[in-house]
Amino acid sequence: MDYGLFFIQALNGLQLGLLLFLVASGLTLVFGILDFVNLAHGSLYMLGAFICASLTFALGNYILALIVALPIAGLLGYGVERVIARPLYARNHLDHVLGTFGVILVLDTLAHMIWGPAGIAVPLPNWLNGQIVLGGTLAIPSFRLLIIAMGLATAAGLFWLVNYTRLGMLIRAGASNRTMVAALGVDIQLLFGLVFALGAMLAGLAGMLIAPITEASIGMGNSIIITAFVVIIVGGIGSMKGAFIAALLIGMIDTMGRSFLDNIFGLVMSPTAAETSAPAVSAMLIYIIMAVVLALRPQGLFPPKVR
Amino acid sequence: MALRHWITLAVLVLLAVMPPVFIWMGNPFYVDLATRLVILGIAATSLNLILGYGGLISFGHAAFVGIGAYAVGIPAYHMLYGGGEAVASFNGMFQIPLAVAVSALFALITGAICLRTKGVYFIMITMAFAQMVYYFFISIEEYGADDGLVIDMRSQLPFIELDEPLQLYFFCYASLIAALLIVRTIANSRFGMVLQGAKGNNERMVTLGYNTYLYKLTAYVISGAMAGYAGALLGNFTTFISPEMMDWSRSGELMFMVILGGAATTLGPLMGSAVFIIIEEVLSNYTIYWHLPFGLMLIAVVLFARGGLMGVIGRGRDGK
Amino acid sequence: MKRTLTALLAATMLTAPAQAAEVKIGFVTTLTTGAAVIGNDMKNAVDLAMEHLGGKAGEHDLTVIFADDGFAPETGKQATDKLVKQDDVDFVAGYIWSHVLLASRKSVLDAGKFLISANAGPSQMAGVLCDENFFSTSWQNDQTPMAMGEVLNRQGVKSLYVMAPNYAAGKDMVAGVENTFAGEIVGRDLTKWGADAQLDFSAELASAKASGADGIFVFYPGAAGGAFIKQYGQAGLKDTLPLYSVFTVDALSLPKLQAAGFDSVLGSKVTQSWDPTLDNPANKKFVSDFKAKYGSYPSFYAAQAYDSINMIADAVIAVDGDMSDKDGIRAAFKEADYGSVKGSYSYGNNNIPIQNFYLREVVVDEDGNWTTKVVETVFENHQDIYASECKLD
Repeated sequence: MDYGLFFIQALNGLQLGLLLFLVASGLTLVFGILDFVNLAHGSLYMLGAFICASLTFALGNYILALIVALPIAGLLGYGVERVIARPLYARNHLDHVLGTFGVILVLDTLAHMIWGPAGIAVPLPNWLNGQIVLGGTLAIPSFRLLIIAMGLATAAGLFWLVNYTRLGMLIRAGASNRTMVAALGVDIQLLFGLVFALGAMLAGLAGMLIAPITEASIGMGNSIIITAFVVIIVGGIGSMKGAFIAALLIGMIDTMGRSFLDNIFGLVMSPTAAETSAPAVSAMLIYIIMAVVLALRPQGLFPPKVR
Repeated sequence: MALRHWITLAVLVLLAVMPPVFIWMGNPFYVDLATRLVILGIAATSLNLILGYGGLISFGHAAFVGIGAYAVGIPAYHMLYGGGEAVASFNGMFQIPLAVAVSALFALITGAICLRTKGVYFIMITMAFAQMVYYFFISIEEYGADDGLVIDMRSQLPFIELDEPLQLYFFCYASLIAALLIVRTIANSRFGMVLQGAKGNNERMVTLGYNTYLYKLTAYVISGAMAGYAGALLGNFTTFISPEMMDWSRSGELMFMVILGGAATTLGPLMGSAVFIIIEEVLSNYTIYWHLPFGLMLIAVVLFARGGLMGVIGRGRDGK
Repeated sequence: MKRTLTALLAATMLTAPAQAAEVKIGFVTTLTTGAAVIGNDMKNAVDLAMEHLGGKAGEHDLTVIFADDGFAPETGKQATDKLVKQDDVDFVAGYIWSHVLLASRKSVLDAGKFLISANAGPSQMAGVLCDENFFSTSWQNDQTPMAMGEVLNRQGVKSLYVMAPNYAAGKDMVAGVENTFAGEIVGRDLTKWGADAQLDFSAELASAKASGADGIFVFYPGAAGGAFIKQYGQAGLKDTLPLYSVFTVDALSLPKLQAAGFDSVLGSKVTQSWDPTLDNPANKKFVSDFKAKYGSYPSFYAAQAYDSINMIADAVIAVDGDMSDKDGIRAAFKEADYGSVKGSYSYGNNNIPIQNFYLREVVVDEDGNWTTKVVETVFENHQDIYASECKLD
């Protein structure tokens, strides 16, 4: 075993996990408090990437674009909440799934019409384009380290928000007992709108962070949204801690599976067969874990205490 | 009530009469469209049994369809290219029961686990199992993995030549009628009453002494088997299968067909798939951006047309 | 009313032999999803070809009907079925993706129509599944990476790390480079492809770096190419792990990379059977008119699509619009004298071009745009290795 490679892959897994956490945390907030299944959360991730990409070219600086794009993503989220989500709160989950499935189709096509099919490559400032040498031959692209740092900072911020602020108190209370919060005279409409906007900002931030790596592209949200759902289901809906742990777990499994599973498979099958099946099996592993967790704990790993 | 019956009759007669007319008019493509419509109608009808009558929101129904299609494709593949003697066959009398059996077994195993969960967890775990099947077929190099598998020879059946578009169509049409009758009979039976009772209030049915878990599991298995059968037809129709047909968005489309037509109504799912396919066809002829009006329509249906088409036609949503 | 109609009908039937035929061409490509960037480029080239032809092959009217494959074999097959059954086209051309072409071939060939690939060249269709009515204006998948393998040998590369997407063409590309590359393959990664393709290659690039290979060979067509090049640059591998790619750096990804300032791609080498700088009159007209009309260099996809329309028009003229003369059409195709932008080439027994393969380098042109130019010819009149498996003669 090459320990240097293992270490680098662990960092890559951490980076992927934190990115997943950014998407999943918004989803779990909306889900936990509003009891609303938002499949279109991935589209907000995509919009974040596109808006940030356009702004990077308009403003000439990625960091500046990111700062400007964040509130825009929040506003978009608020808009979606107003127009689509609010009339659906009273409905069942099936209507949520179908309605937001429609939102995905609409937003994806709008993105296609506005930005074209090509996708946008986002240029980074020079200081982010290099690598950071961690000693010896170990090096990691500096931008990936920035993603890790931003992810950890956001996670810390969210924990502070949820555990030590009035908004957080309401959020926790809402996740456990919605009617109670409403009965306490809190403006539940405003709270819901804020939570939705916060979720959209988190998803948008994830999109903005991945854009310089993979480009902003249409349909990018649809590949991450299902994984994000797996994260919050495994973690327990509404639980920020659960989402964090599950996101890191799944990011790690995916990365490790992609890098080492083919070697393991290669021991028992032909190289091509191993190459073909390893990525699929590591993708399958995520769902197997989810099924096992739900079979043993039907409410996920960390279900909110009172429901 | 009368209006609904007239519409039912009209739809079924129209489906029986139109395809020969299309052939006569020299428009074989519309027969293809009708065949797809009828097959998806069967799949949606099977989903309706658990989603409409049972209130079980399965977000992984496309997996059963896919399994059914592969149960036709894999034996045909081995028959042509050797290997897998145990399953190698062109015989439809083997392939179709295989499709039903394997999807029923898959439904039994996954259903037993999924039904332990409730609400949104159920939605997501059914999707997880479908994704597992999706990635499972992607991982099998021999059957084309991501590229899919061309079925070089359709199922061989006595008296019916599936290579003839009209015969294939009427085979599917007869299957549709059977599926509609089966689901209708089940829904109106004592079993169906318990199922619908559990949808409304599970605790009450448990208190009344019914093991609702077993009832739901049975319905889940029947539904999965029927969807597998639809998959076998789909494989024979398209002569091409790929993991793509099990993607979560395909499951979403099936759900949409049921809701669009009207859940927990006999004819709703068929109407839903008809409208779905026709609108998809018409819109995609106009613009490559057809997903935009399609998505807006989906949102509008969810927001405003509660009870779906059948609800609009004259019967309220039942059970609620 | 009825009488007029009958009269009209009779008149049409009487004049039919003298009248020009209307020939319909179905063109299947990707117009939705991120891969539509390729499809749009091909569509532009087809439109340009039609403009150059004046919408006619001789005196016969040409119509092109575009269809979207949605980047998925199943959708592509449905689109093909519709072209064949509803629009009753005489030729079906296009096809970016090997798996889409493989799924669609039966629909076209069983109906007795001609199938012309303007890009995809899966090994099966050059070999065991070859057909007298299937022609290609591109290449067989293995050929371009085989040329790259030869280049690697010439440059003294001893060990190689290989990356490609996990679908029919990806596997062919890997097989192709392994066929001619004399050194050792130290690692291989096939990544998820399709509408939800994997675009973050952090784990694979880390493995590639750790493998200590002399170079990395990749095949990432379309949007994935740009993403790969960027991450390759960000990982700082330019000096330690030189990049050798096929179908990854092209006229579609270069403008984006230029806009984002990724100059690590300048000077990188790719192999191809066509280049905008190829010196023949057809190519000069094509490239300059394409640039004038669309404001960018045409990609190789565009060149092949442009060729496919011209080849069809040439055959229609050869049989004077008589679509029932299949032998005549085949014979005209086989001659390959329609004036290809690749210059002259010939067809092998399997109807895959026997043609030159060039080494190209990414350079800056006189206007400051990033493009490619030919460095040398790697293979002359190269035939694919599957031709011997084809039963046609």
